[in-house]
This record gives sequence, C-alpha cells and structure tokens, in this order.
Amino acid sequence: MILTAALGLPMLGALALAVSSLWTEATARRFAIAVSVLPVLLLAWAWRQFDPQGALFQFVEEVPWVPSLGMSYRLGVDGIALAVATMSALVFSASIAYPVDTKHQPRQYYAWMLFLQSVSLGVFLALDLLLFYVFFDLSLVGMFFLIGRWGHGQAQFAAFKFFLYTFCGSLLLLLAIIGLYLSVEPHTFDMRVLIEQQPLAGAGMTAGLVFLALMLGFAIKTPVVPVHTWLPQAHVDAPGPVSAILAGVLLKMGTYGIIRIPFAMMAETFSRYALVIALFAVASILYGAFVALGQSNLKRRIAYTSINHMGYTVLGIAAAGALIQDTGYARELALVGATMEMVAHGLITGALFLICGSFWQRTEEYDLDSYGGLLRQAPWLTAFAVLASFASLGLPGLAGFVAEFHIFAGTFGVYPWLAVIGVLGILVTAALFLQMLQKVFFGAMPERWAQFEDLRPIEWGVLAVLSAGFVIIGVAPAFLLTLVEASATLLVGGR
Amino acid sequence: MPIGDVLPEISLTLGAVAIVLFASFVRQRQHHWAAVLALLAIGLGAGLTVAQWGGAPRLTFSGVWALDGVALASKLVVLVAGALVVAMSPEWMRTDRRHGEYYALVLFALLGVIMMASASDTMELVLGVLLSSVASYPLAAYHRGWAPALEAGMKYFLIGALTNTLLTIGVVVLFGLTGSTGYPDIAQTLATDSDRLALTIATACVVLGLTFKLAAFPAHAWMPDVAQGSPVPAAAFLTVIPKVGAAVALARFVSLLPPDVASRAIVALISVATMTLGNVAALRQTDVRRLLGWSSVSQSGYALMAIVVLGVSDQALPALVFFLASYATANLAAFAVVTHLRGRTALDDYRGLARHAPIAATILIVSLLSLVGIPPLVGFFGKLMLFRVTLDGGYAWLALVAAINTVVSLFYYLRIVAPMMFGNHRSAVHVLSGQWARATMAVAGVLLIVGGLGAEALSLFTESIRFAL
Repeated sequence: MILTAALGLPMLGALALAVSSLWTEATARRFAIAVSVLPVLLLAWAWRQFDPQGALFQFVEEVPWVPSLGMSYRLGVDGIALAVATMSALVFSASIAYPVDTKHQPRQYYAWMLFLQSVSLGVFLALDLLLFYVFFDLSLVGMFFLIGRWGHGQAQFAAFKFFLYTFCGSLLLLLAIIGLYLSVEPHTFDMRVLIEQQPLAGAGMTAGLVFLALMLGFAIKTPVVPVHTWLPQAHVDAPGPVSAILAGVLLKMGTYGIIRIPFAMMAETFSRYALVIALFAVASILYGAFVALGQSNLKRRIAYTSINHMGYTVLGIAAAGALIQDTGYARELALVGATMEMVAHGLITGALFLICGSFWQRTEEYDLDSYGGLLRQAPWLTAFAVLASFASLGLPGLAGFVAEFHIFAGTFGVYPWLAVIGVLGILVTAALFLQMLQKVFFGAMPERWAQFEDLRPIEWGVLAVLSAGFVIIGVAPAFLLTLVEASATLLVGGR
Repeated sequence: MPIGDVLPEISLTLGAVAIVLFASFVRQRQHHWAAVLALLAIGLGAGLTVAQWGGAPRLTFSGVWALDGVALASKLVVLVAGALVVAMSPEWMRTDRRHGEYYALVLFALLGVIMMASASDTMELVLGVLLSSVASYPLAAYHRGWAPALEAGMKYFLIGALTNTLLTIGVVVLFGLTGSTGYPDIAQTLATDSDRLALTIATACVVLGLTFKLAAFPAHAWMPDVAQGSPVPAAAFLTVIPKVGAAVALARFVSLLPPDVASRAIVALISVATMTLGNVAALRQTDVRRLLGWSSVSQSGYALMAIVVLGVSDQALPALVFFLASYATANLAAFAVVTHLRGRTALDDYRGLARHAPIAATILIVSLLSLVGIPPLVGFFGKLMLFRVTLDGGYAWLALVAAINTVVSLFYYLRIVAPMMFGNHRSAVHVLSGQWARATMAVAGVLLIVGGLGAEALSLFTESIRFAL
C-alpha cells in the first residue's frame, strides 16, 4: 500500500484543488506543498524497509484491471526504481514549493503539478507495461498544460512541439509494448514475467524491430542526439519549476525505461546493439557539451548540459548491457553509475533550473552577456549557483562525481576507447560552467541590476534541501549505493 | 414467423409510429415529450436486446437475419448512442416547427443501421442501407431554411444516391454469380468456383456502397459538410451511428469472400487512404464542427484496420466493436458539448472557454484526448485493441501508419484544446437553457472515464463475439 499511497495522495490532492473554487493562492500553495511532501516521506520509509538481499521487486501490489488483456494495476520497486522515484518526489516537492508567478490561476497550477507528480511516480513504480505506458502518456498531458499555460515566450509553440514530438516516441513505445506482449504466452503485460522469460531472445527480425521501436521511443524522451530537438525549446519557455521537473524527472523516464524494458527484457538483443547505443551516447555527451558551450542563453545552456548528462547515463546502461566475457563487475559498476547519474542529475539540474526561475522572476532576462558582478548583490544566489554548477561539472565530493566515476570506471572495463572519448565531455562541461559563473556573478555589474534582490528565505530553503541531497550523496553515498547495487547485481549478474 | 427474434426492432418501429402520431396531434410546445417516447422505445429495444444475449449464434427468418454476438453488441452500441443523440436534442430542436417528427426520423435511421449490422442477406443489407439513408437525408437538412444545411443535405443525398446504386449493382452481380442472396449460400458457392472478374466487380461495388455509410474514402466527401451544416445533434448522429452498422456489415461481407480475392489489400488501402486523408484535411480547419467531421473520416480508417485482419487475428471482431463503441462515446461527448454551446463552431470562439465554462471545456478536452487515444480514457483501449490485432495479424506496417496518423491527429485536436486552455476571452458564453444537453454532455463525459477504468466490463462483453455464419 505504500506505493499506491505515494502516487495516490498527490492525485487526490490534485482532484481536491481542481473541483473546488474556494482556494486562495496561499491556501492552495500550502496545501500543495504539504501533499507533495507525503510521497517523499512514504518513499523514504519504503527505502528503510527495502531489503537489499531480498527479491528484485519488493512492495509488490497487484489488482486486476483488464484481466482479459493481461493488464493489471501492478506496482513494485527494485532499488533503481526506488532511488529514482524518491529523487523525483523530492524534486517535485521542491518545485512546488518554489515561488512562481501562477498568472492568477494558482489552483490550476498546483493541481496540474500534483497531477504530474502522481503520474510521474507512477511511471517509476509501475510493474505492468501497459500501466507504465498509461502514466508515461499522462505525464505528457500534464506537462503540455503546464508549459502552455504558465510558460513564457513562445509557450504554446513549445508546448505543442513537446507534446507532438514526444508523443511520437510514445506511440512507437506502445507498438513495441504490444509486440512484447504478443510474444509471451499467455499474453501478459506483467514486467516480472517478461523479465524472467526474455520472450524475444533469438526472435531475429521481430526482436530487432521491437527493440528499435523501444529504443527510439526512449531515446526521444531521454533525449539522445539526434532526436533531442524538442528539448531546448521546451526548457526555455517553461517556467523555472516546470523546467526543473522536465529535466529532473521527465528525462529520467527515458533512461529508466531503457533499463526497465529493453535492457532487462531483451538482454540478448540489447547486447547485440550495445555498442551502437554507446556510440550514440558518446555523440550525445560531446554534442551536448559543445553546443551548451556555445549558448549565450542561461537556460538553453543548462538545457544542453542535460543532453550531455543523459548521455553519460545512456553510456553507462549500454556498457552494462554489453555481454562481453569477464566484465561482470565492470558492467555492474556502469549500471550503478547510470542510476546514480539519474539521481544526481535530477537533484543538481533541478536546482539549476530553479535558479533560472529565480532569474526570470526578477529580470525576465536569460542572456548571459547582460549579467555580471551579481556576487555582491546576491551572495546567496551566487553560493547556490556555484555549488550546483560544481556538482554538475563533476567536482569530487559532490553527487555528480560519484555517478560519473562509476560510469567511466565501468565503461572503461567494457569499451575503453569510448570511455576515453567520453571523458572529454567532462572537460568541456567544466569549461562551460566556469564561464557561465564568471559571466553572471563576477566582473562589473551593469547598472540595470542595481535593484536585483537576493534569494528569499523560501527560495534558498528549497535550494538548500536539494543541495543537501547532492552533497550528502557526494560525501557519503553508501546509503544509496547499497540500494542500487542490490538490484544492479541481480539485473547484470542474474542474466 | 419467429417474431420474438426481432422484438427490439419492433419496439423501435412502434415507437417511431407512435411519435409520428403524437407529433401530429399535440401542440408544438409539448413536442419534447416525443423525446421521452423515443428514449422509452430505445430503452425497451436495448432491454430486449440484452434479453437475447447469451444464445448460440444463429440465423433467423429463413437465414436473412443474424442473431449473433456481433449483431447484438453492435445493436447495443447503436442504441446507446441513439439514446445519447435523442437526449441532447430537445433544446436544440425546441424552436423547430417539426420538432416531434425529428425523433421518429432518428428511430427509423437507427432501425436502418441495426438492419445493416444484422443483415445476413444481400437484399436485407440493401434494405438497411436504404432505410438508414432515406431517414438520414432529412436529418441532415432539417433546418431547411438555412443554406449550409441544405447544401449538406444535398451533398449527402447525391453521394448517397450514387453509392446506393453501386451497392445495388454489386448485389445484383453477386446474385447473378451465385444465384442466391443469403450469405451462407453465397459463401459456399464462392468457395467452390466462380468468375473472378465478376466477383471482383461485385466486391468493389458493395465495398464502395458501404464506404458511403462508413464515411470512408472514396465516398467520404459528405461528412465534413454534414458535420458543419446539419443540426448539431443530427451531425452527432450521422458522424457516429451509420458507421457502426456499416463497419459490421462490411466485416460480415468481407468474411464471405474466398481468400484469393485481394479483399485484405483493398480494405487496407482504403483504411490508409481514409485515415491519412481525414487527418491531413483536418489539420488546417478553422471550424470546429468541420474539423470533427474530418476527424470522423480518419477514425473510420482506424476502424477498417480491424476488418483487414479479420480471420487472421481471432480478436479482430471484438476489437472492431470495442473501438466503435469507444469512438462513438467520445464523438458524441464532443458533439454534446457543441450542442450545449449552441453550436459554437468557429475555432476562435473557443478561446478562453476553460475559464468561462469549465465543465463543458473539460468534457470537450477529455473527449478529444479520448479520440487521440490518451490513456486511461476509453479511446485508449479502443486503439490499443486495434493495434494489438493489427500487429497480431502481421500488418505491422498498417499499425505504424496508424500510429503516425495518430500523432498527426493529436496536432489538430490540440488546436482546439490550446485556445480553450491558454486563450483569454472576455465575452460571455451562451449555452442552451435547460438540462437535456447539459446532462447528456455530462453522461457522455463520465462514460469516457468510466469506460476506460472499467474497460474489463466492456471487453468481457465483446470478448467472445463472432459471426453466426
């Protein structure tokens, strides 16, 4: 029941906000924050109860939904899902608590946020392919309305592009899911059965097509170069907290999906194409880093670093799926690293986008060159921006380092050359973040920012929580590692 | 005569006759009671249909009338959809001098559609098509003083006359070929030996005739005009209900053909052409009703996918009926909202609707999302089943085309959703006074969600249906 409660409570909260018109801005906000924290607490509690020595999936719940189709409401988590879900819930709470201009529709804004929290958690907690797809699609609907209604700039265009582009991926995914479903007898959408039976192993052409559709669907969501082009526009025009969710949570659905479905259910096919996937991942790493370096728009720059970071994750997964002799330990490292990267990127980039939101609230300006010398004017803002940037570029002692270390250590054992090329990405990332910090916070301050306000208590409070998350993971990652390693061992070694 | 087998149809006929008499003798102001009569007749018909459920599939009335799961299930879909259409009508028709007769026409048209779905004999099929056509033409042009309505009616009639003739020619050729009009005999004769050229001509004619009722390529051209120009409740009727009967009739007919007639390929091509054409044409519409008309064309294309894999995938028929039911619910919900909004049709007028009429806007959005196939609405399960049988039947390319089309369709549905949610408009929203349309809209909206969450009930219902043949 923990998992159902974790995704059900925000949904109920969203409904409560949607149906009654009695809410004032302040009560709606307080209510939404309170409700959004509940899943964090529930998942943290599940984390404490999780048995690393136990079965792969724990806290399993199953209620028949459409049994004649083999579809059930099945929930359950392994260590990977639990880690990503907890991080997601936390990023949602932070985003909901972060102040934003709700354009006189606070009730609707918070209702959509809670709705999105519920369905996003559903993606990570689902153990049924079709249920996974249901939540996956609903997250698009929620995001569409949030960007379109509360975005700025060309918000509607961005919302359309986001929805249509990612819906393409969804439908490919749906076809592939049906393909998987038809390949197992009796037909079922149960992930556990599919993972256990590996139904398409040795199915040749069919397996290839299903795999292609799955990977394309998830690559669009992740996004992997060259199907990343929806991302910059959506990020730039979305309000700060929504960007934080988009980067922190929605992108993870792509990489999590890769781990959960093609990686786990089609191990043989995955290993055949692992090198290709790794090549695309390296392309993403380099492309994301270099293009980010060329951006003069603050939010665009951070958006492109997401492509770079998700590239690391995909590289880790690809290395973990390559069935090369005697690389078991390296592959496990890579998978652990990929998961850590998901968690770290969610927290770090979430914080960075919230900081972008603070800039927009104050100045409605993202152009890096128009800023300078804000260190004096806004020391708190500077501190958090510097901390998050350092974490993002992989400074030891922060979460990004732990993740990237694992990924590259693992990949080195499998594809040494790709690891070497990929490390270049870290170098460029470091350059682009340092340059960004230097442009915005140091040097001479233009006259027009004389009234620039520093962070308000609620803002730095939220940022402090997220920062605490990635600092703790950086300094003492053991609590997270045991959780993730337990499942990674089963997924890699059990095959 | 086994009168008991056609009791639902008799109740519809009697209801229609009673309504005609009622409307002739009662003041126009009281004509909304005719709607109640119509609902009673439909309810009785539905009850009697349910009572027939569960028997073994069989043919009755010397083999011309099928009494099988497919016929019964589609009959129920048609009746429920008909009830929704009737229920959304009274306020719209209130000012029309011939208010009462409208319901009689609706019942006759329903009867025709039911005959199409149940016909197991080519003559019976022609009868059903003609009855539903004849009753539908006046429905389309019911506001005869209004030029667009007349144009719609005229177009509908002309295309209908042409295709009904083709259908009849096809039936005659088929009769010449097999010496019989009953489906069992036809199937038997065709299976042994026959003139392939004549058979191809007959098949082409019959399929063309049915594409008219289905609003599928190439006889789809009436649909957008009818959706735009007819009274909105009539448009709701014509975009949904004839399709159900025609799709089942087509499936029944195609299942007779010997495998060497390339009927699968023909239907697949029609399916692709229909969905693509409907979607592309809908992209740039600025009139919501016309847009819904084109979307209705494209939805016929999806339905045809199930007919393509008929006999290859054992779940094709359930998928067909389930999809039709889900489509009917969503489209009726959308048209009920438009009715409630007094036929508001220009896309620009929908700007900011979500603030001024939140419930109507919500139901419209939900119905459009259901037409796209966003889970967990009932439309999702409809599409899911279609994709499933299409992939199962080995037509992966067709499923892929349908998926691409679905993405395209999302664009124009969002073109309605976006201004409603994101736009700002200060003007007042005029709605029909009274509760009929409002209640219908709410019921249909709830059905979309309940149908999705309770998809199991629906799919159990359609799971084991098959033809009597």
